[in-house]
Amino acid sequence: MFYREAGDFKTSYTDDNQTFPIKFDRYRYYVVLAIAFGVIPFQINDYWANAFLLPFLIYSIAAIGLNILTGYCGQVSLGTGGFMAVGAYACYKLMTSFPDVNIFFHVIAAGGITAVVCAAFGLPSLRIKGFYLAVATLAAQFFLVWLFNKVSWFYNYSASGQINAPERTVFGVPVTGANTEAWATYLFCLVFLTISAIIARNLTRGMQGRKWMAIRDMDIAAEIIGVNPMRAKLSAFAVSGFFIGISGALFFAVYLGAVEVGEVFGIQKSFLVLFMIIIGGLGSIFGSFAGAAFLVLLPVLLKLIGVDMLGWPTDIVAHFNLVIVGALIIIFLIAEPHGIAQLWRVAKEKLRLWPFPH
Amino acid sequence: MPEQLAFAMEVFFNGLMAGVLYSLVALGFVLIFKASGIFNYAQGVMALFSALTLVGIMEGQVPFSHIINAVFGTDIHHFGWHVPAFLAILGTMAVMVLFAWLVQRYIFRHLVGQEPIILFMATIGLAYFLEGVGDLMWGSEIKKLDVGLPQGINDMIDVTTYEWFGYGFFIDNLDIVATVIAALLVIALVIFSQYSKEGRAMRAVADDHQAALSVGVSLNFVWIMVWSVAGFVALVAGIMWGTKSGVQFSLSLIALKALPVLMLGGFTSIPGAIVGGLIIGVGEKLFEFAIGPMVGGATENWFAYVLALIFLVFRPQGLFGEKIIERV
Amino acid sequence: MLDSSDSYVTEDGRTIGAVVMEMKNITLRFGGVVAIKDISFDIRQGEIRAIIGPNGAGKSSMLNVISGFYVPQEGEVFFNGKPRPQMRPYEVAQQGIARTFQNIALFEGMTVLDNVMTGRLNKMNSGLLAQAIWRGKAEREEIENREKAEKIIDFLEIQHIRKTPVSRLPYGLKKRVELARALVAEPNLLLLDEPMAGMNVEEKEDMSRFILDVNDEFGTTIALIEHDMGVVMDLSDRVVVMDYGKKIGDGTPSDIRNNQAVIDAYLGVAHD
Repeated sequence: MFYREAGDFKTSYTDDNQTFPIKFDRYRYYVVLAIAFGVIPFQINDYWANAFLLPFLIYSIAAIGLNILTGYCGQVSLGTGGFMAVGAYACYKLMTSFPDVNIFFHVIAAGGITAVVCAAFGLPSLRIKGFYLAVATLAAQFFLVWLFNKVSWFYNYSASGQINAPERTVFGVPVTGANTEAWATYLFCLVFLTISAIIARNLTRGMQGRKWMAIRDMDIAAEIIGVNPMRAKLSAFAVSGFFIGISGALFFAVYLGAVEVGEVFGIQKSFLVLFMIIIGGLGSIFGSFAGAAFLVLLPVLLKLIGVDMLGWPTDIVAHFNLVIVGALIIIFLIAEPHGIAQLWRVAKEKLRLWPFPH
Repeated sequence: MPEQLAFAMEVFFNGLMAGVLYSLVALGFVLIFKASGIFNYAQGVMALFSALTLVGIMEGQVPFSHIINAVFGTDIHHFGWHVPAFLAILGTMAVMVLFAWLVQRYIFRHLVGQEPIILFMATIGLAYFLEGVGDLMWGSEIKKLDVGLPQGINDMIDVTTYEWFGYGFFIDNLDIVATVIAALLVIALVIFSQYSKEGRAMRAVADDHQAALSVGVSLNFVWIMVWSVAGFVALVAGIMWGTKSGVQFSLSLIALKALPVLMLGGFTSIPGAIVGGLIIGVGEKLFEFAIGPMVGGATENWFAYVLALIFLVFRPQGLFGEKIIERV
Repeated sequence: MLDSSDSYVTEDGRTIGAVVMEMKNITLRFGGVVAIKDISFDIRQGEIRAIIGPNGAGKSSMLNVISGFYVPQEGEVFFNGKPRPQMRPYEVAQQGIARTFQNIALFEGMTVLDNVMTGRLNKMNSGLLAQAIWRGKAEREEIENREKAEKIIDFLEIQHIRKTPVSRLPYGLKKRVELARALVAEPNLLLLDEPMAGMNVEEKEDMSRFILDVNDEFGTTIALIEHDMGVVMDLSDRVVVMDYGKKIGDGTPSDIRNNQAVIDAYLGVAHD
């Protein structure tokens, strides 16, 4: 009844091209932004920041990155953990080598470095496709983790092999280190997420996005009608690497503060982000958010129910987490391969007609 | 014989043995892939699960005891009996066949005709699921597995090589047994797939689901059979690896090791899985032996993948895989 | 005999120009199988050239050679009088050659509009950075090209499905979308691989009308593979006939109709 397009005609291509053509969606988007920027920073506390909000924001950026590579361009990558590590270590080296430059620029630069590394590891995609490519990205994953473990230059020769983020401020407010406050770290990550989402949306709505999707859907036909496959694939790897690198830098510097590469950026991380985009929806920016929220919230909820309410030991709850995530992946793949994003789209379609059934 | 060379030879033979174990795991993958186009990421977890179940049955563990205790406040762990290895293996096999049936009925029957990447991701989900179930059923502590296979350094080889080369090769009895079993398994599988009616049906399904259906092959039966055989292979692999290093989570990571084996050997070739496994096994160990000390060691973490990757760039279908011809 | 650079005017007033594409002694092998054996023919500017022959004659392979997807072991392709250097298919597309495919090659994950817009990719050159910012250059370019695409969508009467995912369309409409995608590239040479396949009489009439209109309004040179003889005889200016990889006929439709070799291999005779 309230969710209608009737009377809302588009009279220009610009209007037709909008991200949110339906008025209701657009207002909803502004409301969400208003709450995110204007309300949450005042209500947030440390627990929610660390348990949910920060990882949600940061994983959303990673999910957007992987979605561009795998969901839009169809190049499967199991190297996300390793590439996040590149972002983290690049950020660390920049922070420690140029302590006077603002961390904001270091994070962006870390993204840029990861973009280059990711594109380099993407070169085999020109010859290898599908599974084989997925497995080739595993080479990137294992090699990078090994590299950051073995080559001590990366962790400034510290004895523990760990990297620690020194305190850095933005406009005088600390966003890394021990003295941060929840609202500051939250806003810092939120800014990066918002900019990343806008950039990703712009890239996927235009010709670049179409080239990526053409490669995904039928790469031979794409090449015959004029898509340069090398440029398209490498740009997907590069853009994806940019976002994943930023996500890794934030994960290290702002969220964890200290990282040991094998524990944090191993293959489990690669699978986690992949699950986020599967459950959330391949080829959908909204889906990246949905999947990240889902997989960050699930263990938190399970712990709440299992440990706090039912009193079970934490390792049993952890096992249940595995069982449920695994089952959900399968269920989503069978019932809704396009993920939560598709469920959302279908729900909106039904809402448009409500209270009529069709 | 100079000590370094003898040393290198020992590394070589150990590499061959390791390669045999990799091949065992890779075989399971090839079977399922050949018959259904599914790359079963869960193969490694199946090895872990089957080994866990085997130990559980042998020691008379109560399945799901941890949860039962947590929910009901009881303190039961074991039934109090011990089952001999042979019977336990049969019991585990029955469980694996049941697993194959469940997987076929509830998962892959609903995913017929989907793109390979979707199927692959379903098996990743299955791997997580099975791992969780395995932990809940049998507990996640490391377990010792002993089905009576000979272990320890083989004295005969040690003595003989010492006589010949002045250096005694350390080759574990277990590895020798594993090699023999793997060889027998491969021969059995090849005979089965080439010469038996069921094997032919399996190959028909691998080529073209629709065509196989139209000549009366039951897809469901073939798939249950294939997953059961893969389960059996997983069990054998689980026993070998479990005896060697204990039954623990890292067992499931051998799946990841099998991937470069398959990349080298091609996803659809049984001999390819063997050759690929041997190349990776030997290559890894020799590389670590020769270059490892210079770069800080632990190159086995990534060498296999990089080797396979380089190989794939020049020959995308692997050594024995079918050449991919693209038509428009 | 017409020189390659001569032009002439047809009965219905269309101008057919110089030779724009010429295949000289093309031989194409796949392992032991010879798909195309020593074939030469040319295509003139503005004409509709049909390539016909029984199944397996090598017609699609010939189109793939023109597209640059297959590289012939022997022979050369001449484009506008000059030998065409070996190039990747996407470079061939950039030279102004667009095509449709025998088994529809649309991008099933996108809508009709997006599929058609992919045909404009060689006309749009905003860089990655400009597109990331969107407002300004990239958006302007998108709108300009959207207008061009909408003209073709109008021309082919597919406005009502422009936002429909292509995977949901019936076969006939998919073929039309593929044609739109090829047309939108404003090609100099349009290759159509069995554009009428699987269509009923009405659909064939529509498609024939579209093809003729394209040739008429835009002056596009068209090479088409087709099995429907009625269509071939009505639409084309000249016809090449292939059989088992060899050329067995080359001339106007009436020449071909009376060519004994062609009749034996393909057309057949009416039996009493």
